[in-house]
Amino acid sequence: MDASSISMYLKETWSTIYMTLISSAISYIIGIPLGVILVVTDKDGIAPCNPVHTVLGVIINIFRSIPFLILLVMVLPLTKLIVGTTLGPKAIIPPLIIASAPYIGRMVESSLKEVSAGVIEAAKSMGASNWQIITKVLIPEAKPSLLVGAAICITTILSYSAMAGFVGGGGLGAIALNYGYYRYQTDIMMIAVVVLVVLVQIIQEFWMQLSRSTDKRVRN
Amino acid sequence: MAKGDNIIRLVNMGKTFHTSSGDVVALDDINLDIKEGSVQGIIGLSGAGKSTLVRCINYLEVPTSGKVIFEGKSLGDLSDKEVRKARRNMGMIFQQFNLLDQRNLLDNVTFPLEIAGTDRKKSRERALELLRLVGLEDRVKNYPAQLSGGQKQRVAIARALATNPKVLLCDEATSALDPKTTAQILDLLKKINKEMDVTVIVITHQMSVIEAICDSVAIIDHSHIAESGPVSEVFNNPKSEIGKRLILGDGNADYVRPVVFGEADNRRIRIVFDGHSAHQPIISDMVLSCKVPVNILFANTKEVEGRAVGQMVVELSDNPDEAEKIVHYLRTNAIKFEEVN
Repeated sequence: MDASSISMYLKETWSTIYMTLISSAISYIIGIPLGVILVVTDKDGIAPCNPVHTVLGVIINIFRSIPFLILLVMVLPLTKLIVGTTLGPKAIIPPLIIASAPYIGRMVESSLKEVSAGVIEAAKSMGASNWQIITKVLIPEAKPSLLVGAAICITTILSYSAMAGFVGGGGLGAIALNYGYYRYQTDIMMIAVVVLVVLVQIIQEFWMQLSRSTDKRVRN
Repeated sequence: MAKGDNIIRLVNMGKTFHTSSGDVVALDDINLDIKEGSVQGIIGLSGAGKSTLVRCINYLEVPTSGKVIFEGKSLGDLSDKEVRKARRNMGMIFQQFNLLDQRNLLDNVTFPLEIAGTDRKKSRERALELLRLVGLEDRVKNYPAQLSGGQKQRVAIARALATNPKVLLCDEATSALDPKTTAQILDLLKKINKEMDVTVIVITHQMSVIEAICDSVAIIDHSHIAESGPVSEVFNNPKSEIGKRLILGDGNADYVRPVVFGEADNRRIRIVFDGHSAHQPIISDMVLSCKVPVNILFANTKEVEGRAVGQMVVELSDNPDEAEKIVHYLRTNAIKFEEVN
């Protein structure tokens, strides 16, 4: 492999990491409140509100049922408006967020639901407000499960980002597409795929390890 | 508020749950006064409504009728914020302990203080003091997963006391513990009641818990208070069906009726031994003096409020004259008894 190939791989690997990390971070900023609202407004939640719960649930399900590739094209005008371009790694970030935030919302919801009703009741009996229950009980107690969820969400966002190639978004997916699919250079495509596999492994292991090592329910 | 005043009053309190399969009445017309500094027991079988009752006291469940009066104020008249503040004066412990698994013991005990906005340093001092009280001062950095059930309940007690509450609500607090640990936890509750002047309200389905620490008891059955009063009174002379069943059957849901010997329609009486008569050979004296045999069907003794108390169910002779002789003997010797069927 020559120097220019190596620099191409490095550049596109970085693009993939960049797209994944920025999208994950922003998606979580949106997804955590979504998950919290879903849990809190549920009929067994601390502030039951069926209309909010139902409407939010339906919206989330609609976004989750649109295939990412189609969503990518659908939101192109919006992407242009937000980041000023429809090309390059930046252009993939808005659709990635729109696709992942609802997904993360559901993951956060299921993690928060694992917190026992008894612990929430105990906090209420101490005079905790709903906000205190969310910030001091729900989220901290669900932390190990939230971290496992993050491993799944981030690897999913990584695999979505590989589709950026279709809209000239760059990244490892673009290498695989441009060299492997359009030019039949299978070897180049395989290397890109291997790098993606390695990235997924690293992300998955890192978050799972973080979850395990910070979970106080495990006797160490 | 002076000791002996009613710290909590439940006035015509009722709670109905509206469910998809219709209304369920959990509590109906509950009237109960709880004296400051006392240990009040609330006993009933599963589903009688006792857990709902304790949750109404601190408004975790809002009653659908009647009032909960805490320190002279009706909780229904307070804003949400004031109710939360009132709850800090009522600690609560649970059957499943409900500790925060991701916090160590110290941080579990400081938790209610953190919620109340107490200064961090003061909170830590208070928490250490309470963990010392419950005998876990050397485990402050441990996490709940590293503790046994009894130790978890001790932490829960320390946590419930952190805000210096006037009342401690115990919802089946010993039901998940073995008998030995139960006794230790009950001793601790008694100590807290005596030394810290905390009014303790104990919800249980076990008569033994009531006998061990309560001053007064209310028996809940089918959403109502079947009877209530001082433990010794209720124990010596239970008036309600459920009271008799709980006391005779020691709280077991399936009270095994005494085996009936001889004629089923013979008169049977229940003799109650209070602290004094427990030390006299009453039955022997009775049989010797009347020269009439009796058939003992059931007997037990327990300790209630530190005194030996017992009861015995005896079957009388099928000869009415002989039976009357025994009844006459009991009456003239002022021994408590009642006819049972």
